[in-house]
Amino acid sequence: MDNLGELLHGFSIAITLPHLALMVIGVLLGILVGVLPGLGAPNGVSLLLPLTFGMQPVSAIILLSSMYWGALFGGSVTSILFNIPGEPSSVATTFDGYPMARDGRPTTALATAFGSAAFGALIGVILITFLASWVAQVALAFGPAEYFAVYFLAFASFVGMGGAAPIKTVVALAIGFAIAAIGIDTVSGSVRLTMGVDELVKGVNFVVAVMGLFGIGELLVAVEEEFHARAVSSKIEWREVFRAIGRLPRHSVALLRSAAIGCWMGITPGGPTAASFMSYGIARRFSRRGRYFGTGEVEGIISPETADHAAGTSALLPMLSLGIPGSATAAVMMGGLMIWGLNPGPMLFVDQKDFVWGLIASMYVGNIVAVVLVLLTVPVFAALMRIPFVIIAPLIVIICVVGAYSVSNSYLDVVMMLGFGIVGYLFKKLFYPLAPLVLAIVIGDKAEDAFRQSMLMSKGSLGIFFANKLVTCLIVAGIALLLLPLVLQLPRLWRKPASAATETTAQEAAREKVII
Amino acid sequence: MGRTSTLLLSAAATVLAGTMPALSAWQPQKPIEFVATAGPGGGTDNLARAVQNIITKHKLVEQPIVVVNKGGGSGAEGYVYGKASAGDPYKVIFGTSNAWQQPLVSKVAFNYTDLTAIAAMAQDEFLLWVKQDAPYKTAGDYLKAAAAGEFKMGGAQSKDTDEVLTRMIEKSGHIKLTYIPFKSGAETAVQLAGGHLDSHVNNPSESLGQWRGGTQRPLCVFSPKRLPQGAKVTATEGWGDVPTCVEQGLDIKQYEQPRTVWLPGKVTPDQAAFYVDLMKKVQATPEWKDYIEKSSQIDTFLTGDEFDKFIKEDLERVKQVAGEQGWLVK
Repeated sequence: MDNLGELLHGFSIAITLPHLALMVIGVLLGILVGVLPGLGAPNGVSLLLPLTFGMQPVSAIILLSSMYWGALFGGSVTSILFNIPGEPSSVATTFDGYPMARDGRPTTALATAFGSAAFGALIGVILITFLASWVAQVALAFGPAEYFAVYFLAFASFVGMGGAAPIKTVVALAIGFAIAAIGIDTVSGSVRLTMGVDELVKGVNFVVAVMGLFGIGELLVAVEEEFHARAVSSKIEWREVFRAIGRLPRHSVALLRSAAIGCWMGITPGGPTAASFMSYGIARRFSRRGRYFGTGEVEGIISPETADHAAGTSALLPMLSLGIPGSATAAVMMGGLMIWGLNPGPMLFVDQKDFVWGLIASMYVGNIVAVVLVLLTVPVFAALMRIPFVIIAPLIVIICVVGAYSVSNSYLDVVMMLGFGIVGYLFKKLFYPLAPLVLAIVIGDKAEDAFRQSMLMSKGSLGIFFANKLVTCLIVAGIALLLLPLVLQLPRLWRKPASAATETTAQEAAREKVII
Repeated sequence: MGRTSTLLLSAAATVLAGTMPALSAWQPQKPIEFVATAGPGGGTDNLARAVQNIITKHKLVEQPIVVVNKGGGSGAEGYVYGKASAGDPYKVIFGTSNAWQQPLVSKVAFNYTDLTAIAAMAQDEFLLWVKQDAPYKTAGDYLKAAAAGEFKMGGAQSKDTDEVLTRMIEKSGHIKLTYIPFKSGAETAVQLAGGHLDSHVNNPSESLGQWRGGTQRPLCVFSPKRLPQGAKVTATEGWGDVPTCVEQGLDIKQYEQPRTVWLPGKVTPDQAAFYVDLMKKVQATPEWKDYIEKSSQIDTFLTGDEFDKFIKEDLERVKQVAGEQGWLVK
């Protein structure tokens, strides 16, 4: 194995005292920016970027990527403890992470999330190590039609199997698509749905939407229901951290499936957000405890976290080998590469072996450093749940307001965030699901662009979605996932058509509580 | 008219400032914000950050500088922000020819006349790229093949520089191309490498890695003369070896993307002059030369009347294409 030799050489670069120190600094800074919403990984990395100009490229990338790992872990903390996802890819973690933390088990939720995230990242790095050249080829096969098929698959795996009434899911999706359409349209270049507000030309930022929908929306519901977090025992629960990690292997099926989904979406390149949603959706359908998802299920945390990190890690490969940044953070790092005098692209692996393999080796080491550091912080973060609601509630409002403002220093964003808070509250009260709304906001415009680019290419023929094996498989898989719940329902409906109506309203209400 | 006089004044002030920099009448008293009208990592963002670094390193300004990205709406977000900050000399907007081209073709709430032009600091060139294993060796071959088949041309954004150039190629070469807009030049380059497109017109830096990696190659450059030789990109060729499009029978003499710097409207001539002078100082540093070389751009400095003339000429050209295509708004 050529790659193995290169990797060992990489380790000799990565495991040196200065580089290990850089990793620790990077991870700690990353956790900090990840936990403070509104700062986020891309901003943190761009703040650090100027400091790296005097460094060796490989040291610089180790510092920045360590910060990225730290921020990814840190982002899950606020999702789980306060229902405020800092990155699009940690939205799915809130679905079960937040209920579990609210239920008095924040330590378990955090430790499970970190453990499975580390597992996902590890699988992602292993994939990069051994399949680098093959993976680069796969990504090249993706034209607009294939992109659309991947997004379609993500939607299909998530939609249609929630606890909510299907029509409500469709409504939520439609609202999400409309929000995603605001701003300048890539394909026609025209301004859409700005309703006379000049500033809306920039579109609706994801962070603004989720902070309102999840953070403020949940807060309003909590205030109304006089919610109190169940008392968390006051002693620091180190043992629970290890117990939660020790329980992970029991969910090996979920771990492996989610890692596979994550890697696939990372290289194809659907990205970590689509990966985490898809993994959560599929887990809910195939897990034995699927119907309890949304109430604080362990597998509901494992699935999105594993897939998110597997995708986030393997998405660095297209950046290095093709020059397509998979995320905003990767885009900033790519800018850094160019300033350091490296050109991302197919030749990087040939010209800059030390750099590439130093980076890959640092991904192994950096992730281990990150998970150790982050597990050490679990009891501290979990202790935050003991702060009384009257203190934490205003803090959440402050975090959301500052976070929304700092996205692009705009007051309009703060107003919109509060508006989304009311929408989130109404959705909860009326039992509309939030997840399809968020999914449509995040990947709705990408799916639309890909669809219309395909239509331009095929001059309006849908045949382009069945033009080759790859795209046909993706589309067929999507349709199958979409129809599966319907098919499973059929025999039951056919056997006792009347029984559906006899379900009592109490049962219905109980089920709707689980809607996410 | 108000604008012209401002420009004249700023031009006059520039001359003064150029000869006696110490006497520059206005100095910033608080932190300065650099607004990049593009997301992190793009060409405009790189320029803003490169200028920031040079200023900080050489201590050209006493005040700290922060870079903010406002790239929403293909950059419109940043320009609208500049318009809303009228009279504020602590906001410097970094953009492209988008500043005057975008208002022509979409209903954005700004025009370049709402801003104070400082300078055009660098020119990005355009080249015609095809897949490495494409059968045609010259632009002539390409045109012949395109006339016979249905060719797909990719580019960044819609009704923007890439599509304008595409329409100019159609007209000049008497061919028909299907234009597919993507979000960025980098994305377009990958689509060409994967064989989903037949060609694109990326800037050098957007396809440098791909050319070196042997997935695509340039046929010709839309420039009156060949690019400076510089270092070799592939084993055998460098930018200077790429023929001009005119040489190869595609009669488009010149097409460039200027990197532009603006202040909000209604700033005083003194304030504008301060920044013109500052950008000149930036351009004189070795770090700037390094940035220009690494990003494969052409070093230029247009300000005052020269810059104004450039904008007017470019506007005429774009208006003609946009008019023929029915893109003009209102």
